[in-house]
Amino acid sequence: MKPLILKGVRPYGEGEPVDVLIRDGVIAAIGDVTEEDAETVDGNGAVLLPGFVDLHTHLREPGREDTETIATGSAAAALGGYTAVFAMANTNPVADNEVVVQHVARRGREVGLVDVHPVGAVTVGLEGVKLAELGTMAKAGVRVFSDDGHCVHDPLIMRRALEYSKALDVVVAQHAEEPRLTVGAQAHEGEQASRLGLQGWPAAAEESIVARDCLLALHAGARLHVCHVSTTGTADVLKWAKARGTQVSAEVTPHHLLLTDERLATYDPVNKVNPPLRTAGDAAELREALAEGVIDCVATDHAPHAVQDKDTEWSAARPGMLGLQTALSIVVETMVRTGLLDWRGVARVMSERPAEIAGLPDQGRPIEVGEPANLTLVDPDTTWTVRGAEFASIAANTPFEGMELPGTVVATLLRGRVTAVGGRIRS
Amino acid sequence: MKHLLSTEGIDPAQATAILDTAASLKQALEGREVRKLPTLRGRTVITMFYEASTRTRVSFEIAGKWMSADVVNVSSSGSSVGKGESLRDTALTLAAAGADCVIVRHPASGAAHRLAGWLRAAGTSVVNAGDGMHEHPTQALLDAATLRERLGDLRDRRIAIVGDVLHSRVARSNVHLLTALGADVTLVAPPTLLPTGVESWPVTISHELDAELPSLDAVMLLRVQAERMHGGFFPSAREYSISYGLSERRLKLLPEHAVVLHPGPMLRGMEIASAVADSPRAAITDQVRNGVHVRMAVLYHLLAHEEENA
Amino acid sequence: MAPRQRGATDPAGERELLSAGDVARTVARMAHQIIEKTALDAPSAPAVVLMGIPTRGAPLARRLAVKIAEFSGVEVPTGTLDVTLYRDDLRRGPTRPLEATKLPEGGVDDKLVVLVDDVLFSGRTIRAALDALRDHGRPRAVQLAVLVDRGHRELPIRADYVGKNVPTARTEEVHVLLDEFDQRDGVVLR
Repeated sequence: MKPLILKGVRPYGEGEPVDVLIRDGVIAAIGDVTEEDAETVDGNGAVLLPGFVDLHTHLREPGREDTETIATGSAAAALGGYTAVFAMANTNPVADNEVVVQHVARRGREVGLVDVHPVGAVTVGLEGVKLAELGTMAKAGVRVFSDDGHCVHDPLIMRRALEYSKALDVVVAQHAEEPRLTVGAQAHEGEQASRLGLQGWPAAAEESIVARDCLLALHAGARLHVCHVSTTGTADVLKWAKARGTQVSAEVTPHHLLLTDERLATYDPVNKVNPPLRTAGDAAELREALAEGVIDCVATDHAPHAVQDKDTEWSAARPGMLGLQTALSIVVETMVRTGLLDWRGVARVMSERPAEIAGLPDQGRPIEVGEPANLTLVDPDTTWTVRGAEFASIAANTPFEGMELPGTVVATLLRGRVTAVGGRIRS
Repeated sequence: MKHLLSTEGIDPAQATAILDTAASLKQALEGREVRKLPTLRGRTVITMFYEASTRTRVSFEIAGKWMSADVVNVSSSGSSVGKGESLRDTALTLAAAGADCVIVRHPASGAAHRLAGWLRAAGTSVVNAGDGMHEHPTQALLDAATLRERLGDLRDRRIAIVGDVLHSRVARSNVHLLTALGADVTLVAPPTLLPTGVESWPVTISHELDAELPSLDAVMLLRVQAERMHGGFFPSAREYSISYGLSERRLKLLPEHAVVLHPGPMLRGMEIASAVADSPRAAITDQVRNGVHVRMAVLYHLLAHEEENA
Repeated sequence: MAPRQRGATDPAGERELLSAGDVARTVARMAHQIIEKTALDAPSAPAVVLMGIPTRGAPLARRLAVKIAEFSGVEVPTGTLDVTLYRDDLRRGPTRPLEATKLPEGGVDDKLVVLVDDVLFSGRTIRAALDALRDHGRPRAVQLAVLVDRGHRELPIRADYVGKNVPTARTEEVHVLLDEFDQRDGVVLR
């Protein structure tokens, strides 16, 4: 592989533009670089960040290859600036055993556009009854376990999972949703859902599970990760738990940072997601919590769905939204343009913290000589208009359709190799 | 008017026009041998009922037929719906087959709104005949028509809606319509049967039926929707009846002129005492009768004018 | 207000065809014609009812009834017949509000029904009225009385009693003004 020079880039958006030389997958030099016979990517002063890490992606393979495959999802990830993604376990068959997780990892390597890390199920079949073989899957390389889509609602099962995970140096990621409080739930329980006649999904259904799990994690001395935090109350619980020394981390999705349940008035299920879009007050609090580090990172919950599963009456539609190719822009819109985060902050929430939470040694690293060249180059000033049909994903269910958003990915580098440049995949 | 999807945000002038038309239709048909008007000759009206219903479907069917529309009834059993066809495909099929108007009853809130979107290109009108827990606008219109007959102008009239407001599309449609017509609406229910955020509705909230009765012009009882009940919204039918049922004792607390409404089907004994339901104060059969005229009026306002460019 | 000159055109482009006095005289003449043609005051007279077509046909029918009573001593029942629901042109305009239909006591069965309208133009309103009437019963005969016949018939319909024949261009509008709605009587061309 030829050496690569990123010309005129600003690491973390700081200082004057510099050149970055990458050789053999590693950052070889930063500053004035001269290298014969090197490929160059013109940065034009773009912001250089560590490659993004998504702790929460649905790649749908195996099972729903009509909506996304590991190949198309990897392309979407690379185009969105990601160098590592965690593929959720709710595939068909469920990733609750080493065979499925090894298959997902192998397909990810074959595609080679992004590091695809399989998430293992916590319980067999995501049924919440019997622990899956966490140890065997951990030996096969699984770093994160989650029944995402379902809550590990039985407190005893959750306690056991937390305790058991300690020996494996893995983290259990909880989809926090008390099922008894969300029977038939369709929308955030509040004024809007009441007006629209949609069965409510109360904030307390999330908050009570998060509070319970924080108590269990502290008791067990185990690590807990909270998926897609969506309410002010959950942020408050996390703050309290962290102050007590709980080893808890948490993610927020781009859509919960930007969108609110006001959008439900059209009944268009493109806005249906689980947990549901909350109020403007929640969105504002989630931004604050992310800025303060109460919420550790941004994760997409990228959830491709077929047209026939989305263009339906509200209650028949599946919850979920595409996210990989819009996450950066939503973070720029909600966090950077508002002054809540600088580019160091973006690096923290999109790359460094998720890499730490999942224990990835070669992701989210500092932009320094000798570090692996997993990098994302971002043009912060250019705006673009979202067109779901143009995404690399097979599905097109983006709630941001038609929005003009700031920030584009100029190039994504995976171990020194350009995976996406100028909005195109390079394989 | 292109569609009737909800009463929320309805222009009071539009609502009044529909009610006036309904009253005129009622008067025009009264005592006639031939209860048939040629007004909608050649128009095709399709009813799509995805929930069991007798009175609403029959009422719409009669309304369409009395206006000379060709009325076709589709139910979820005995159609492609039973074969798993999506609502969207069924709607597009019916529009392609020539429906001028689709009347839809569906368990999903917002189903009628979605249909109106899917049928925009076809130009088909959509009437919401009840969508989930959202709205049932023609029920509210027939309730208002009945109240106007008995009380005249509804401005500043005090009307209580009693019972399962949480799950009730009838309650939502009536709150919007009656307040638009100037009435003063009170919701009376246990807190478990009131929606979250109800404080922001333009209504008064009460948990004490007895306290409200003496100042009411009308009391509207809601059906306790047993089929939607999962997990004790109230301790027992007995306690509900004691607290919120309209008994003969409570009827005596109402002013002489006050009207009793129930959208049916009634749970006699629990929601309403039999003697109350059958008393002259109850306008329950008037509601059914007015339902036909109101639905005729709705079809008239949707279909008997030049095409609107939606 | 100064009496208006017949035939004068006011600044709004309005030409008076009949004054208030003309309207009264015309109604009186039509009443006489109805009495004569129906032999209303004869011993074997048929039962006559006047059915006004709203809006302005309704008060005209009542005025005719008053005059008929005055001239013949016979009280002729009146009613109103709204034809909106029977029109064939509903899809050519915005939603039309409905007017009242009120049959006289005893209905229209076996009666000589005189339909009363203000202006006879295309004939489509009368066609609708005949259909509407059929749904209310079986009259022995139907006649038509109009205050103004402005021509331009589109159907084979003719009035039995005409107050005034007015040649018009198709684009012109003839307005009958009645005190009950317009605070004055008259017929104007706009």
